[in-house]
Amino acid sequence: MATAAAVAVVGDDDHSGGGSGGGREGEGVMMKGVHMAGRPLYLDMQATSPVDPRVLDAMLPYYMDQFGNPHSRTHMYGWESDEAVEKAREQIAKLIGANAKEIIFTSGATEANNIAIKGVMHFYKDKKKHVITTQTEHKCVLDSCRHLQQEGFEVTYLPVRKDGLIDMEELKAAIRPDTGIVSIMTVNNEIGVIQPMAEIGEFCRKNKVFLHTDAAQAAGKIPISVDDMKVDLMSLSAHKIYGPKGVGALYMRRRPRVRVEAQMSGGGQERGIRSGTVPTPLAVGMGAACEIAMEEMEHDEKYIKELTDRLYKGITSQLDGVIVNGSLEHRYVGNLNLSFAYVEGESLLMGLKEVAVSSGSACTSASLEPSYVLRALGVEEDMAHTSIRFGIGRFTTKEEIDRAIQLTVDQVQKLRNMSPLWEMVQEGIDLKSIQWAQH
Amino acid sequence: MLGQFTRGLVSVASAMTQPKTAGLLLTSRLYHEKVVEHYDNPRNVGSFDKDDPTVGTGLVGSPACGDVMKLQIKVDENTGKIVDTCFKTFGCGSAIASSSVATEWIKGRQMEEVLTIKNSDIAKHLSLPPVKLHCSMLAEDAIKAAVKDYQKKKAKREDNNSSPPDGQATVVG
Repeated sequence: MATAAAVAVVGDDDHSGGGSGGGREGEGVMMKGVHMAGRPLYLDMQATSPVDPRVLDAMLPYYMDQFGNPHSRTHMYGWESDEAVEKAREQIAKLIGANAKEIIFTSGATEANNIAIKGVMHFYKDKKKHVITTQTEHKCVLDSCRHLQQEGFEVTYLPVRKDGLIDMEELKAAIRPDTGIVSIMTVNNEIGVIQPMAEIGEFCRKNKVFLHTDAAQAAGKIPISVDDMKVDLMSLSAHKIYGPKGVGALYMRRRPRVRVEAQMSGGGQERGIRSGTVPTPLAVGMGAACEIAMEEMEHDEKYIKELTDRLYKGITSQLDGVIVNGSLEHRYVGNLNLSFAYVEGESLLMGLKEVAVSSGSACTSASLEPSYVLRALGVEEDMAHTSIRFGIGRFTTKEEIDRAIQLTVDQVQKLRNMSPLWEMVQEGIDLKSIQWAQH
Repeated sequence: MLGQFTRGLVSVASAMTQPKTAGLLLTSRLYHEKVVEHYDNPRNVGSFDKDDPTVGTGLVGSPACGDVMKLQIKVDENTGKIVDTCFKTFGCGSAIASSSVATEWIKGRQMEEVLTIKNSDIAKHLSLPPVKLHCSMLAEDAIKAAVKDYQKKKAKREDNNSSPPDGQATVVG
């Protein structure tokens, strides 16, 4: 993969000082004022993933000569395109233990979440007025709920425990006779925590409330079965599992049936739930990605776990004051969200310019608020500013992990030497006792 | 024929992305080179002894806000000139750069002079985008706090040295 080239170029750097890879004239890449020796190592798999070459192979014919519209009923171009879409639908259904008739193609998980939450509540709005979700959901779920609140629905945002998991007692207390839907994501995108979906599903089924789950970060990575989880709606995203960007799917249970109000008006494609031409190459790509994920899930998990353990041990053996955000036990192996005490996240990212990772720091979001997910975990504000999320995937190599360890340790040490907080702690001062001068 | 068409399309596309247009992309969202430079090679990182009478320490910001700056000045008692400076910062790249620039600018200047340094000067020098202006603000506050601390310490010492007018207990040395 391309990222290996960056390792090779950067590998023969001198290790003096904190800057690594910068300063070689005429070589490398210059972007946003930052000079890099080559393309950074990609460790941000939760944001997106590279397209698996096998997926691209499956997609190309539908861009080249098999470019028909799957809804064209009158000629071969349409028929072959439709056949490909239906095959993809089958592959996606198989991954989650569903029936192909229950899969609707969308433009992504965001759209699927919108259809699920708004669509269900609008359809059942005469009897159901209440929605339950969590404080750590993806922005599109939270925003859809906010939109419903403006329309007059009521929403309960369940708090989470320190380890990121919801408390079943809170859910039980929040449920009402007029609750229409419960939406809880299976795997959290920021901290990788896995919610107890089977237990939640059992409870919702008993109370006859629809359960929706955003499984964008889960499907293809951990074993998922819509029947075991007793979910009624599930959102899926292709570009999180080595598929193309711009396509996702919504699973909608048929028995017992879930009805939704369509959010897109048009020609009635996808059983009237989502009008618009189904993008055949993207759908084919998603299908291929799901099939590959299903076949390689066990191997991927083992491989990724080894790398994550290596990364974690490599960093913690050389640094203290490193905390994992979120449950260590109920966690997807490819997500390692770490807080480095006394070091600020954005400055660490600036030093880690040779590694592509993301941070829960305020400075890296458009607002100056630190990540709401970390805040919901009860992480103290100053620690929320110090978090880095490492995302490891199918194509990450051992060399990339070793380089990332080295860069991270070097940069954290450099920043701690520059940090007044670290200095105070070394002197034995309790930071909580200080009266800070606000500005 | 389709193959020819796509080949033509690809060559047009690559021509359109030539570096010529890159110059126009210098929007406010990029890290200015100066900020990165200060991060890679920060000047004057370090610590003076807080209890040294010639040292003034300014500690501003809070961990909860994600920005803490400690700026220290060493002052020549007789001339009132700042002979050395150092800083430590917990904060983003712009905060580190702002405090690094601050220590550079005040070295060798008179204390009264440095109080006139404005955050807008620092921000302009580093081409800080609007969302990062508070970093330069904090650097300005740090300079003022350091000067104030030194002056307070000096005043306290002078207070202790001068003989009390109304029979307060003095240390007889």
